[in-house]
Amino acid sequence: MSTLTILLFAPLLSAFLIFLITVLYSQTKQYVYTFLALMGSGLSALLALYVSYYSYFEKQVLVTHLFTWLNIGDFLIEVTLKADALSSFMLLFVAPVSFLIHVYATGYMNNDKSYGRFFAYFNLFVFFMLLLVLADNPIVMFIGWEGVGLVSYALIGFYYEDVKNTYAGNKAFIVNRVGDFGFLSALMLLFLSIPLGGFSFDNIFLGLWLIDSHRLTLIAFLLFVGAMGKSAQIPLFVWLPDAMAGPTPVSALIHAATMVTAGVYMVARFAPLYNMTPDILLLIAYVGAFSALFAAIIATRQYDIKKILAYSTMSQLGFMFMALGVGAYSTALFHMFTHAFFKALLFMAAGAIIVAYHHKQDIRELRGIRASGLFILMLIATLTITAIPPFSAFFSKDAIMSALYAGHIEIFAIAFVTSLLTAFYMFRMLFVLFFSKSEQRGQPTRKSMLYPMTPLTVLCIFAGLLNVPEIFSGNLSVSHWLHLADQSFFVPHTQEMLLMSLNTFFTLAVIVYTYKKYAYTDAIEFEKSDGMIANKFYIDALYTKTVVTVLEKLSYFFDKKISQLLIDGTINSMALVYLKVGNLFARAENGNVRFYALYMLIGLVSGFVYLYWSLRSFL
Amino acid sequence: MLKGYMILSIILFSIGIVGLISRRNIIVMYMSIELLLNAVNLSLIAISADLADSSAQVMSLIIIAIAASEAALFMSLFVVLFRNRASLDVNLFTILGGKE
Repeated sequence: MSTLTILLFAPLLSAFLIFLITVLYSQTKQYVYTFLALMGSGLSALLALYVSYYSYFEKQVLVTHLFTWLNIGDFLIEVTLKADALSSFMLLFVAPVSFLIHVYATGYMNNDKSYGRFFAYFNLFVFFMLLLVLADNPIVMFIGWEGVGLVSYALIGFYYEDVKNTYAGNKAFIVNRVGDFGFLSALMLLFLSIPLGGFSFDNIFLGLWLIDSHRLTLIAFLLFVGAMGKSAQIPLFVWLPDAMAGPTPVSALIHAATMVTAGVYMVARFAPLYNMTPDILLLIAYVGAFSALFAAIIATRQYDIKKILAYSTMSQLGFMFMALGVGAYSTALFHMFTHAFFKALLFMAAGAIIVAYHHKQDIRELRGIRASGLFILMLIATLTITAIPPFSAFFSKDAIMSALYAGHIEIFAIAFVTSLLTAFYMFRMLFVLFFSKSEQRGQPTRKSMLYPMTPLTVLCIFAGLLNVPEIFSGNLSVSHWLHLADQSFFVPHTQEMLLMSLNTFFTLAVIVYTYKKYAYTDAIEFEKSDGMIANKFYIDALYTKTVVTVLEKLSYFFDKKISQLLIDGTINSMALVYLKVGNLFARAENGNVRFYALYMLIGLVSGFVYLYWSLRSFL
Repeated sequence: MLKGYMILSIILFSIGIVGLISRRNIIVMYMSIELLLNAVNLSLIAISADLADSSAQVMSLIIIAIAASEAALFMSLFVVLFRNRASLDVNLFTILGGKE
C-alpha cells in the first residue's frame, strides 16, 4: 500500500463504512459517524500534507500504478495515481480544507436526522476530488470529475423534503452535463488524434504537435466548455447560486473551496495544449473577465448571505480564468489556493451566523447581529477577498492584475472594476450585518464550528507568503515549484508598485464609501429589489424561455407522438395480431376428442397425399 | 389373393375411422378403435403369409395382447366416466378444452 493509495482510499473506505452503518443500524450513536468521517478525511489530509511536503522539498514525483484498465493491442489505459507538483499543490489545500470543513460540519449538522448520510456523501466527495486531482490520465480524471458532480447533486438536494432543493440539485446536475458533454467530446477527439500507446497526460502532451491546428483549437474549446460548467462561468453559471440550497458546509466545501476549482485545475493541467491555441486562451480570458464582472454586479443587489458568497465565488473564479487566459497558470492556481481558504472561512462564518440566528439568511433580517468572534473572522476573510495588503489574496490577486496589465489592458480594466465591486458588495454585506443601530442576539456558536475556522483565519492572513513576488524580495516559490508552462510577461517594478498602490487606494476608497452608505443607516431597506440587476439580468428567464421550454415541448412531442403513437402503437398492434390469431387456433382446441381424431385424420390423409405425390414416379 | 385381404383391411380401417369421428357414444368409439387395430392386424397377417415371413404375425399377436389389456382399461374408464356424468356422450367430456 503506497501513500497515494491510502490517501485516496481512506475517505472512500470511511464513506462505505458510514453507508453500511446507516443502512444496517439506524439507531447508531452520532459519535460513530463523527469518528469515521474525521478518520477518513483526517488521514488523507495528513498524507496530503506529507505528499506536498515531499514534492516541494524533494522535488520528487510519487507514482502509484493501481491496475491496467484496458489493454487491447496498442490500446492501453492504465489507472495510475501521480502526484507531480501540480497535483501535490492541489492536495495541499483540497485535503486539509476538506478536513477542516468536516470538523465544522460535525457542529453544523449536529443532531440532524440524516447525519450519517451527510458524512457518507462528504467522504465520498473527498474521494472523488482526490481522484480528480491525482489522476494520471484524462479518463480517470473524468471519473473524478463526474463523481464530484454526482455528490454535489446529492448534497444540494440533501434536504429533499423541500422540492425546491431537489430542483436546485437537478439544475446543477443538468447544467454540468452540458459542460461534461464538452469535456467528453474533447477527450474523444484527443483519443482519436493521439497516436496509440497510452493516454496519460505526458503521452498526450508529447503527441500534441501531430494534431492539426484546427482540431487542436476545437479540442481546447471543448475542454474549456467542460471547465465552464464545473467552474460556473458564463454561460453555464446558473447552477451555482441555486446550489446554495444545500447545507452550508456543502457550499463551503464543494461550491467554494474545491469542486468549482476543478475547471481551473483542468485548464492548468492542459497548459501545454492551451499554449498552442492562443485564440482559445483569449476566449478564456474574456469569458473569465465577463463572468467576474457580471457576478460582481449581480452580487451588489443580492440579499441572501449565501447567494452573495456564491456570486463572489463565481467572480473569483472569473479572476482565475482571466489569469489562465493570459497564460499565467501558476498565478491562477495560487489565487485558487488563497481563495480556498478565505472562501471556506467566509462560508463557515456565514453558516455559523445562519445557525446562531435561527436559519435566517436574508441580510436585511440579520441586521445588527452582535457576535464579536464571528465579526473578526468575517472581517479578516472580507479584507482578504478584497485583496488588502498584507492578507494572502493581495499577493495572488495582485499577481493576476499585473499579468493582465502586461498583456491585455482591456481585460485589466474589467478586472479592476470587478475588484472595486468586490470590495463594495463584500463590505455592504459586512456593514449591514454587523454595523447597525438595531441589535440582535443569537445563540452562541458551537466550539466544533469555531475551532476549524481558526487555522483558516491564520492561513487567510499568511498563505500569501508562500508566493511573494520579486518586488517584495520574494522568490515566487510556489510558481517555481509548480513549474507550469507559464507565458512570461514583464512589468517594470515602478509600474507594478504604482498598480498595487492604486488598487489598494481605490479599494479603500470604496470601503469608506460603502461604510458611509450602509453602516448605521437604513440604505439597504430602500434598495429596489427588482429591476435588471436584482433579477440577474433575466438570464434564468432567458434560459427558461430558450432552452427549458423548447426542450419541454420537444420532450412532450417525443413522448406523445413518437413514443406513444409510433413505437407503442406498432408494438401493441403487433401484439394484437398475435392475440387474434391465437384466439382462432384456440377455438380448434375445444377439448372434444372426436375433433382431435378428425385433426389426426386430416394429418394422416395429407401425409399420405404427400407421400403419394412424391413417390408417384415409382408407382 | 393379397389384394383381396388388403382391400378388406382398408374397408375395415375406413369404417373404423368414420365410426371414431362420427359417433358420440364412447363405447362405439372404443369399438371403432378395435376395428382399426384389427384392420391393421389383418393386413399384417396377409402380408406375412404372402411373404412367407412369420415376424409380422408376432407383431399382430402383440397387438392383440395389448388390445386385450386396453379393453380392460377402457371398461374401467367407462365406469368412472359414467359415474361422473351419468352419460357416455363424448361431447360432455371436454375438460381438455380448459373451459370447465
